[in-house]
Amino acid sequence: MRAGIVSYGTYIPRFRLSVEEIAKVWGENPDNVKAGLGVYEKSVPDLDEDTATISVEAAREAIERGEINPERIGAIFVGSESHPYVVKPTATIVGDAIGCGNRFHAGDFEFACKAGTAGIQACMGMVKSGMIEFGLAIGADTSQSAPGDPLEYSASAGGAAFVVGKKRVIAEIEETLSFTSDTPDFWRREGQPYPSHGGRFTGIPAYFRHVTSAATQIMEKTGYKPSDFNYAVFHQPNGKFPVRAARILGFTKEQIAQGLVVGYIGNTYSGSSVIGFSAVLDIAKPGDKILLVSFGSGAGSDAFIFNVTDLIENYPRVPAVWDKINSGITVDYGTYLKLRKKIRLKG
Amino acid sequence: MIPRFWRKIKYRYDIVGSVCENCGSKFYPPRNFCPICRRRSKIKEQRFNGRGKVLSYTIVHDTPDEFKLNKPYIVALIELDDGPIITSQVVCNPEEIEVGMRVVKTFRKYFEDGEDGVIYYGTKFVPEKIATNAKNF
Amino acid sequence: MERVAIIGVGQSKFGELWDKGFREIVLRAGIDALEDAGLEGKEIEAMYVGNMSGGRYLAQEHIAALIADYSGLSEMGIPSTRVEGADASGGLALRQAYLSVASGLHDVVIAAGAEKVTDVGSEMTTDIMASSADREWEGFVGATIPALYALMARMHFTRYGTTPEDLALISVKNHKNGVLNPKAQFRREISVDDVLNSPFVAEPLRLLDCAPLSDGAAAIILANERVAKEYTDSPVYIKACTQASDYLALQNREDITTMRAVRIAAVMAYGQAGLTPEDIDVVELHDSFTIAELIAYEDLGFVEKGRGAELIREGITSLKGSLPTNPSGGLKACGHAIGATGIRQAVEITYQLRGKAGKRQVEAETGLSLNIGGTGATAVVTIYEIG
Repeated sequence: MRAGIVSYGTYIPRFRLSVEEIAKVWGENPDNVKAGLGVYEKSVPDLDEDTATISVEAAREAIERGEINPERIGAIFVGSESHPYVVKPTATIVGDAIGCGNRFHAGDFEFACKAGTAGIQACMGMVKSGMIEFGLAIGADTSQSAPGDPLEYSASAGGAAFVVGKKRVIAEIEETLSFTSDTPDFWRREGQPYPSHGGRFTGIPAYFRHVTSAATQIMEKTGYKPSDFNYAVFHQPNGKFPVRAARILGFTKEQIAQGLVVGYIGNTYSGSSVIGFSAVLDIAKPGDKILLVSFGSGAGSDAFIFNVTDLIENYPRVPAVWDKINSGITVDYGTYLKLRKKIRLKG
Repeated sequence: MIPRFWRKIKYRYDIVGSVCENCGSKFYPPRNFCPICRRRSKIKEQRFNGRGKVLSYTIVHDTPDEFKLNKPYIVALIELDDGPIITSQVVCNPEEIEVGMRVVKTFRKYFEDGEDGVIYYGTKFVPEKIATNAKNF
Repeated sequence: MERVAIIGVGQSKFGELWDKGFREIVLRAGIDALEDAGLEGKEIEAMYVGNMSGGRYLAQEHIAALIADYSGLSEMGIPSTRVEGADASGGLALRQAYLSVASGLHDVVIAAGAEKVTDVGSEMTTDIMASSADREWEGFVGATIPALYALMARMHFTRYGTTPEDLALISVKNHKNGVLNPKAQFRREISVDDVLNSPFVAEPLRLLDCAPLSDGAAAIILANERVAKEYTDSPVYIKACTQASDYLALQNREDITTMRAVRIAAVMAYGQAGLTPEDIDVVELHDSFTIAELIAYEDLGFVEKGRGAELIREGITSLKGSLPTNPSGGLKACGHAIGATGIRQAVEITYQLRGKAGKRQVEAETGLSLNIGGTGATAVVTIYEIG
């Protein structure tokens, strides 16, 4: 048996902020924003939610659904660009919260929006080598954006967790590869509260080059063509990029629709492509083939080919990702500023 | 505060209490000594499943410094389905809470030692009907 | 056991005493008590001090030695001991003093209670008070003392149909009594509407359901019967002074609509005094929150569990009722100087039994006081009778 996904879980904070609400504050036309970005609202974490709490909730769902004994998890990797601490890991918080004992490998990953898929690859390698029985890979963020920056329309919060192993696999990893280069399209310097980006430079030389290269190369390596896949999920910084990437590569709208979650929860960064992938697993059938391509600024893409196994039939998949997406409650911009602590407080 | 918090991480991050195998009494927070059986206590750690119902609640408006931003917040006594009573915050709109309401555990941040201090995480509860990660959603 | 009598009482004004420090407040109460007893001071053989949190309010521990020093008792080198039981500290000091005389160890002792709270800000005060509950499992989750009493109130409402109006009536009554007490912090009447329109502190409790936290001190001189008769014609005897404990955190108690420590201490006290609740003429009890007074009506045996509201609705506990309760204004109107409160209650009962309570005088030969620590993990019940 190949290594693959044994179980998965997701967490999306309950609050939503609409494009209208943001546009109103900054004097922009919400219809133009929606048309330009393909984003309608985004998730907002509560005051007491952060990357650690999102990671724990997603991990617990994965462990519960997969009926995994936490003590058999030998590695935890949390990918995020909003770890609560710059120094001090998130993975240790997750480890103690799920009760996996002390004998586990742990580390926090950072690679902009693709640190979660990097964690899946690391777990896969450790599982395949026999170092561990199960690995837990998490991609989660409460992403930052400066007030008034176009990023503010999309930067949101959420995460997904995957138990990777060789036993009881519901989606085996047939192949994975990464396409990486040094491309400064988006960054945040040490000590800075908000990220900076290269505007339109984030498009063709960054997102599209890495996503399409990784996708093309993994298909070349395995001999598959777009029509061989039932579903494809591309990283979704907004609603436009993944649709265009799909078109360039030759995938149909139908192939990407189920995993395209950005319109209603925004860009959850490290959670983005993996929440989309989770939404696909929610409805996948045995024998389905799924292409997942993440993207992290800086820049790189991890591509995966998954084959869904018979075991998914009896795997509990409720509540579904789309149920969570559709159960938000809206907040106003002032509340959002408070929740995200964008107001400078005294003392 | 840090060592004091660290020592109890296991019991705060999840609802780990204890049970006296001699009389069946369940304790949260865990006790090392059963007040009923005393020297005949046979204490064992136990993880409770994290579901229960609200016995009583209050909405706190006059908050200590560390909860200033959370004002108003809800504190409740929750009777766990498989165990004892726990004092915890409930995360929901104050209008949503009521006595008897079913709730389920969630992992949240309680407070932090300022902007450069340690973050104190722990267990809170959320109404089952709005808990997207609950089985019965 | 020796009979124990109160031969002198003294009390500072309660309130925000900005121009007075801790030492001055205590000294005032002590001198008043000595003068009241007609003692010089040299007769005192031991001192017991109730103080909850000098360490955090004043960054001053070793309070007992400090007070002995400033009251001139260090000169004689007498033992001075601080006892702590949150806001039952005063009651505990009274009980330790009582035991030392009852046992025959001492002939004359002084018990004092004192707290200075206004040297720190109100958020700090909230935090300090929270340390009288379980810091690790209640305080950590933001369960302040008002929040914990609010949980009790909600449970009482749910189970017995008690209402916010019932609680408001308690506050109204205590304010009305406070008007008549020159030492009280609040000497103004309030209405039920005032209470019900005051802001929430912890729902369902509002600002005017909560006693203030105050500066203040009180002192009381106890002596055995032989000595008492040398100094006074009207000794007030302590018939019983009992103490009980409960689980610190509410979550560990079987029923939070009752304070078991109060029930246990009350049953013991009635037993030792050979009295029943019907024999009590006047009560000073611990209304740190209105719900606490209502629950105390029940746990002290004045009415059955769940029916506490009847006593306030029917005016039974008002100054003119058959069971006047908190004629001083209680903690709500007289003020709650934390560690001083237990002693202050004894001072009030003494005034009442001596017939020296001025405009708030009720007809009484037998009195009872109840001092509670935190949310009820410590309770002290004392029964007094005019000799």
